[in-house]
Amino acid sequence: MDNGTHSPLAARGAARTIAHLWMILGVIIVAFPVYYVFIASTHSVQTILRPPLPLLPGAEGYENYRAAFSGEIDRIGGVSLWRLLGNTTLIAVGIAVGKIVISMASAYAIVFFKFPFRMACFWLIFITLMLPVEVRIQPTYKVMVDLGLIDTYAGLILPLIASATATLLFRQFFMTIPDELLEAARVDGAGPWRFFKDILWPLSLTNVAAIFVIQFIYGWTQYLWPLLVTNSNEMNTIVIALKKMVSFADADTPWNLVMVTSVLAILPPILVVVLMQRWFVKGLVETEK
Amino acid sequence: MAHIQLNDLRKSYAGQEVIHGITMDISNGEFVVIVGPSGCGKSTLLRMVAGLEGISAGTISIGDRVVNDLEPRERDIAMVFQNYALYPHMSVRENMAYGLKIAKMPVAEIDARVAKAATMLELEPYLDRKPRALSGGQRQRVAMGRALVREPAAFLLDEPLSNLDAKLRVQMRLQIKELHQRTGQTTLYVTHDQVEAMTLADRLIVMNKGVAEQIATPHEVYTNPASEFVAGFIGSPAMNIFTVRAEAGVAVLPGGQRLPLPGLPASGEVRLGLRPEDMVLVEAGTPAIPVVLKSVEWLGADAFGYGVIEGSEVLMTLRLPGNTVAKRGDRLHVAAAEGRIHLFSPATGKRL
Repeated sequence: MDNGTHSPLAARGAARTIAHLWMILGVIIVAFPVYYVFIASTHSVQTILRPPLPLLPGAEGYENYRAAFSGEIDRIGGVSLWRLLGNTTLIAVGIAVGKIVISMASAYAIVFFKFPFRMACFWLIFITLMLPVEVRIQPTYKVMVDLGLIDTYAGLILPLIASATATLLFRQFFMTIPDELLEAARVDGAGPWRFFKDILWPLSLTNVAAIFVIQFIYGWTQYLWPLLVTNSNEMNTIVIALKKMVSFADADTPWNLVMVTSVLAILPPILVVVLMQRWFVKGLVETEK
Repeated sequence: MAHIQLNDLRKSYAGQEVIHGITMDISNGEFVVIVGPSGCGKSTLLRMVAGLEGISAGTISIGDRVVNDLEPRERDIAMVFQNYALYPHMSVRENMAYGLKIAKMPVAEIDARVAKAATMLELEPYLDRKPRALSGGQRQRVAMGRALVREPAAFLLDEPLSNLDAKLRVQMRLQIKELHQRTGQTTLYVTHDQVEAMTLADRLIVMNKGVAEQIATPHEVYTNPASEFVAGFIGSPAMNIFTVRAEAGVAVLPGGQRLPLPGLPASGEVRLGLRPEDMVLVEAGTPAIPVVLKSVEWLGADAFGYGVIEGSEVLMTLRLPGNTVAKRGDRLHVAAAEGRIHLFSPATGKRL
């Protein structure tokens, strides 16, 4: 900035430039692979396989994307790109919404109700933090088989819904609600359900948004569990399909379509973050209630 | 509007009794202030009436209904909290209307009541603002408004003014007084501030350690405190209280001086209470308490002299006229004004 040199901050001008350069460098390092994926998705297989890969978009972009959407992926993986995107969206939204519902309900019970073994319940939930999906994957798989939930959306979503992290986050937030607010609502005649609906929920919205974003991405990028619990191609998520498209021999892999699919796999989470960014940040930093 | 009856009300936490049996009849439209130092149980008592705290023994009735087992919403009360507890995401209008909305009152009626309360509290310009866009005094008025629109049987206020600055507190105190006169609502008001207590109350409950030390009009509490605690708590500066020995109608002061006093027991020790403002200067030679001044604070209209009874370490505060020339080191002879002597039992603290 020109007038910056005349401001009291002028002395910091050089330091600021350096700081900016560092940040720009960081962004380049982080963003470059993503950019490269996008570039690759606009070239033909031949160009991709013949190094070096150009740094600028090629002319095949439109053709690649058109092919991907009009059955080319279907031919390779046995399932259409639309179906893959639909599956993944359904699972990611299902997991995010499910987690929010379950964790809000349990946090509400733990914070606002007095019942026997309340702290025991809290610690039980807390302990599950130490048991990631991978550790309990075999028993979970067995349960899903017994319930006949293999190759179903329920089977994909339900085991991933229970969330100690989200429960803890909501618990911490609920505990910042002053007691008087609850008491005022009680005097005003609000029962537990009305208090939740009219007061707690509106006050939690920014937190809900933040948790939705985090859990949507968590659900979108799931790999191990969908791999286990789905057999038919019809139930694949985009991440699984992507893996299946890559064969051992470089020459057999339609890299241009893999790159197109990668771009499409990255896009929705970015979209969710961008659209909910304002709320997301508010939910993470807001302390004053 | 309704009368409230507290009948031998008790509260225990984990076997520890914190409210030791309070009995009181509050008549319809009366303004009762519960006053006491922090931790005396005054807020607990109010919250028991509100239904926010359980009752361990005794009964509370509002109107002719025993409300012991009723939820707050079923008790027909409204409450104002110390930190106002406004719903932060609702506008002033929604805050006030919320309770009525839950009660499924017709919208037209809700609007009318909110409008009326807003006019009374001068809140019309702020009806669509959120609480965070209001000043402390305005938030306080919204909290009052939220209680007013309910038109409840009783108003319960828990230290409603203690979060305001001194000037605003005086203003709001007058406004609360005026509101009460206008609406004639039965009101229970908790405060630790004796000025609020004295100016607002029709009757006071002075509480100490879970016991109602005295339930009486402010005038009665001031002129005839029922116990040494009440005597020391009400009045500013605090009453001078010290032990004297009674000998055949004469009190032997801590400094050894002998002072004839009416109403003394035949013998034994007794606690003598004298308010600073009830002391008059007398000529040397007449029976009096000799006080050696340690310092004088001049406040304009009055001055306060702080000293000790000669020959002892017992502190005495005196209210002196504004034109006093008394200074540190002076020896003053003071006597209590006629009928302004308070005697308390050293054993029980009760008035003799």
